[in-house]
Amino acid sequence: MSRVRDWLVAAAVLLLGRREKRPLAPGRERIVPLEPPSPRSELAVVGLLLAAAFFAVGFVVVYALDRVSHQTQFLGLALGLSLACIAGALVIVSRRLVPEEQLEEDYPPAHPGDSDEIAQLVGESGDRFTRKGLIVVAAGAAGSALGLAAITPALSLGPALDPGVLRRTPWQAGRRLVDERGRSLRAEDIDFKTFYTAFPERADPEEMGAPLVVVRLDPAALALPQGRDSWAPEGILAYSKICTHAGCAIALFRTPLFPPAEPKPALVCPCHYSTFDPAAGGAVLFGPAGRPLPQLPLRIGAGGVLEAAGDFSGPIGPSWWGVRMGEAT
Amino acid sequence: MIRGLVHRLDERTASSPFLKKALRYVFPDHWSFLLGEVALYAFIVLVATGVYLTFFFEPSTNVVVYHGEYAPLQGQQMTEAYRSVLDISLNVKAGLLIRQTHHWAANVFVAAIVLHLLRIFFTGAFRKPRELTYLIGVLMLFLALIEGYVGYSLADDLLSGMGLAIGYSVAMAIPFVGANLALLIWGGPFPGDASFWPRMYIAHVFIFPILIGLLLSLHLVLVASRHHTQFRERWTTEKRVRGTPAFPGQAPRSLGLMSAVAALLFLLGGLVQINPIWLWGPYHVSDATNGAQPDWYLGWLIGALRLMPGFDVTIGDYTLVPNPFWGGVLVPLIVFFFLVSWPFLERKVTGDRAFHNLLDRPRDAPWRTAIGAAFTTWVFLIFLAGAADRATVFFGISYTAQIWAFRILVWVVPVLVLFATRRACLELLRIERTSAVREAAEAEARAS
Repeated sequence: MSRVRDWLVAAAVLLLGRREKRPLAPGRERIVPLEPPSPRSELAVVGLLLAAAFFAVGFVVVYALDRVSHQTQFLGLALGLSLACIAGALVIVSRRLVPEEQLEEDYPPAHPGDSDEIAQLVGESGDRFTRKGLIVVAAGAAGSALGLAAITPALSLGPALDPGVLRRTPWQAGRRLVDERGRSLRAEDIDFKTFYTAFPERADPEEMGAPLVVVRLDPAALALPQGRDSWAPEGILAYSKICTHAGCAIALFRTPLFPPAEPKPALVCPCHYSTFDPAAGGAVLFGPAGRPLPQLPLRIGAGGVLEAAGDFSGPIGPSWWGVRMGEAT
Repeated sequence: MIRGLVHRLDERTASSPFLKKALRYVFPDHWSFLLGEVALYAFIVLVATGVYLTFFFEPSTNVVVYHGEYAPLQGQQMTEAYRSVLDISLNVKAGLLIRQTHHWAANVFVAAIVLHLLRIFFTGAFRKPRELTYLIGVLMLFLALIEGYVGYSLADDLLSGMGLAIGYSVAMAIPFVGANLALLIWGGPFPGDASFWPRMYIAHVFIFPILIGLLLSLHLVLVASRHHTQFRERWTTEKRVRGTPAFPGQAPRSLGLMSAVAALLFLLGGLVQINPIWLWGPYHVSDATNGAQPDWYLGWLIGALRLMPGFDVTIGDYTLVPNPFWGGVLVPLIVFFFLVSWPFLERKVTGDRAFHNLLDRPRDAPWRTAIGAAFTTWVFLIFLAGAADRATVFFGISYTAQIWAFRILVWVVPVLVLFATRRACLELLRIERTSAVREAAEAEARAS
């Protein structure tokens, strides 16, 4: 029994007792000024730290509970509040419990003497060299050649010297158009006032040359560039789905669903709103694209199935130095 | 006890003279001096949360079919990278909290750097002897932008895939070497070789964080060795720095700020949804969504890309410079060239080669403040133009009309801001001078 009493007394002393201030170094002058205690601030700090502990325990509890709803929110709240309490405690410590001090110190000066000495030291160390220019040139040659050798293996990272790979597409005359599930697209499936995404049959759909955007327009409204008269059977047009500006997919088709019939139908890229005219061979109507959308010649094969009549009118996807303008290729 | 500890430490490390000095290192007081610290603490949270995420993330573009608990994506083809981020978000306990906190921390990190940069610029803190500290800071901003971009690209959701396509196109648009460079980085035509994802991953979790960490350390060492700048007061001089000692005065403040930043980030990460990739779905080359926006710190680039009128530089039918070069390469080049060259430009024009430990108030250097304000306005308007599509959705203003308006405004408004700011600075100085003269006259009248 008396043992329990001893423990209780010890705990009470530990919790409530105020320590007698005793100087760390007797006889020496204080470094930090002595300021009066602030018991209320200390109490607030204790309270905030205990609250921080409470919320931290709460975090562990919420984590341990399986299938609690809004677990992410409660976890964030618990951890955030715990940290916020610690921040609050530290703010009180800095404002009320730490002695207010303003110190002054010299800004570090320049050291001209030492700097001169270093320069002298370096200079004198090279005094045995008599052909400095030649050595510098030779060292430069060694350094740059070695540097070049060191970065040469970087060429293995990709086909950097073969930009021709950018021009390859899976499309050629006779390749059929399929939808994302691999089903053939037939001419009669293609409606007005909507667009379809098509892929080459039996080819990788994840390369930029693959996806097409297919629309049907009134054949009388078409104004395709010369030589493309047969490219749009029944007014069905196919363009590369990859924007010639920055490589995003053309995922918007602007078409008026009811009169007035302006503005005219356009294919739009949602990244930077490059706007292309499907009736005019993919010419740029608005936005930052610098060249038309490449058109794929279509024909209607056996069973009304849409198929390519050749490759695109120009290089697909974003442009680079030396990519030719659409019509020329 | 403390005494014994310090003695034992000193006997092993001979560190007491240094520690004594470090504890009494002087911090001048001003709230704006804490902006850099906020960036530092956000970086610490980024590293801590980022390390956790690496334990779950799978940097692979192998295609898998989703059979997880999230019904809307059941049976869809996706890369392992995207699937692992789905799992972190929806299956790993506390995974979503850590992922969202990481994403928020990235946004706050860059925001704090930018605000810190503005403070440094408009107070002339970049002047001799602190040009090097400043340049390292600008370099860190540049690295942070790339690091953030690569970070959110790793998730391989629809939005990030679109962002990568744009990045690829911008790289391709670099004159002469663009195509070669893009093929090198991506390992082949977009979407690239299977090795591209591990490359991005090692860049994001190793190369860039280590670079930023090293530069950060160097930045802090330089700050400490030259000491902090301070504002001009009656009690400050160019020779002596005055303020609160690191210990005990500054330590609880800084630790408190660190806790507050961490608290804010975890509260945001828990309570405010960011980048819910399960809603965007996996990326496919043939997919895109309307209303796509990058993280805020790349908004100025999307704005620049969108504002550019549609032309490539060509000779005959031979393309030289494709369009994305202007917005994606030239605009950031101009911005960073301005930031890097400003201290030297200013020194050249003013001929001022003196040491500066005292800060200017913005009004004290009217031309610098005016040019800085005009430049900031230019970048901010381009940033706003990047959100024009949102304004169309929310307010129904024609997108085309907005773009044309911005194409004019980005050149007109900065000029107006330039002259208005300079005028305001001069006016403030004049008011100060007259009131000083009046006070002096009154003091003289009282004395006689």
